[in-house]
Amino acid sequence: MNLTLPIAAGEVGEDFFRDRSGSDSCVSDPSNLFCWDWARENIDRFGTPTLQHLELVVISVAIGFLVAFALSLLAHRHAWLRPPLLAGTGILYTIPSVAFFFLLLPVTGRGRETAIVALSAYTLQIIYRNTMAGLGNVPTEVKEAARGIGQTDRQILWKVELPLAVPEIVAGLRIATVSTVAIATLAVLAGAGGLGSRIYGAGQLDFPTTIIIAGGIAMAMALLFDAGLLALQRLATPWRRARS
Amino acid sequence: MSVPLHLPLASFGGAIEFIFTPQSSNVTGGAEVGGIDQVIELTVTQLEVTLLALALSLLIALPLGLYLGHRGVGELLAVGIGNAGRAVPELALIAFMAVAIGVGVLNLTIALAVLGVPPILTNAFVGVRQVDRAPVEAARGIGMSEWEILRKVELPLAIPTLFTGIRGATIAIVATATIAPLAGVETLGTFILGEGVYGQDGVLAGAIVVALLALTLEFALAGLQRLLTSKGLRLRTA
Repeated sequence: MNLTLPIAAGEVGEDFFRDRSGSDSCVSDPSNLFCWDWARENIDRFGTPTLQHLELVVISVAIGFLVAFALSLLAHRHAWLRPPLLAGTGILYTIPSVAFFFLLLPVTGRGRETAIVALSAYTLQIIYRNTMAGLGNVPTEVKEAARGIGQTDRQILWKVELPLAVPEIVAGLRIATVSTVAIATLAVLAGAGGLGSRIYGAGQLDFPTTIIIAGGIAMAMALLFDAGLLALQRLATPWRRARS
Repeated sequence: MSVPLHLPLASFGGAIEFIFTPQSSNVTGGAEVGGIDQVIELTVTQLEVTLLALALSLLIALPLGLYLGHRGVGELLAVGIGNAGRAVPELALIAFMAVAIGVGVLNLTIALAVLGVPPILTNAFVGVRQVDRAPVEAARGIGMSEWEILRKVELPLAIPTLFTGIRGATIAIVATATIAPLAGVETLGTFILGEGVYGQDGVLAGAIVVALLALTLEFALAGLQRLLTSKGLRLRTA
């Protein structure tokens, strides 16, 4: 089966999708779900897209985190900002990323910047909500005690409230990162490459092997990020380990 | 710095025009494309596959999540599926289903439901599970059956969490339905992915309508959630 869509050939897709070296019966027959021989010979061609993907995710989540974290600190201090920030980040979260990519097209053009803006906008709501929940869950007695020993508002925030909110903040960061790894496969539509370029290119979708490899790499990347962030959280909250 | 400012505005103007009036396409020999009729047709298809997939997800995930939550078993399954579901790359899922199983509305619905089931299952489970045990014990004490406890006590109290899941599922499904043309179903993604036929105005028009559709669904679900939240709970949170 060969689906041809009215779309310009992808930046990296074209020869990749046509050239199936060692095209034995396995490769030419689309009913074969996975060609091990092809995979063994061509796995190196997934290196660059994987790195591009990694870069998209790291930059987008880092920007999203910085912005959401700053917004949380503002909203923590000024309660009147909470409803508009919740609504605003909610709207950005609701707009489908594919639509977002193309809405940005007249402003930022095709390419990596567009994908990064859309992907980081998507993470804001998740990180913002979790950070606010974490700060909100800090027991009043603890804050009173900190004030009692003479800490200023700023000291209470950075030495008491934020450390105690780390589990919720990291939980938000994990959800945001895992989602971004998955959604970044669509960045190919914004002309930003990534693993999506090994799934969809040259308007062709007829070779399951490459879809499975690229999708598998993306899922493995998501799981590794998830495990890594969890380990980071354990390191950052030694008191929780001591208690349990 | 002066040029980039009118450029975006001009593009959006062209896109709005594309939504309401058919334009002559630059490649298909002057055939008319776009216009309100085609926009409505594609919007309806996208809404249809979205609601179909959402219904299938609810059918699978809601009873299972509520049951497991009520019994307090299967936490690993319910929460694990939710976490794993987030890691599924949409593009790979749609592409794989299209190539391996085939194109068409049925296969697309199944693929989209794969994205819808995890958040609903997890949130139905967590929503019921985290209900305070005191009212549940009280309900049992006045002789309610397990079914009545679930329906009259746990479910109303789980509504906010449950709706977080349903809204998350809807966002994921409607977003992914945008790339449905890859699976042979013509949705608004047809404009977005079809610059060759519809031009830049068409691409932007598709993106605008998709964004509006997603926001409309989100507002509709928020409204439905308010309607389904019992009066007592609404007063407490207000």
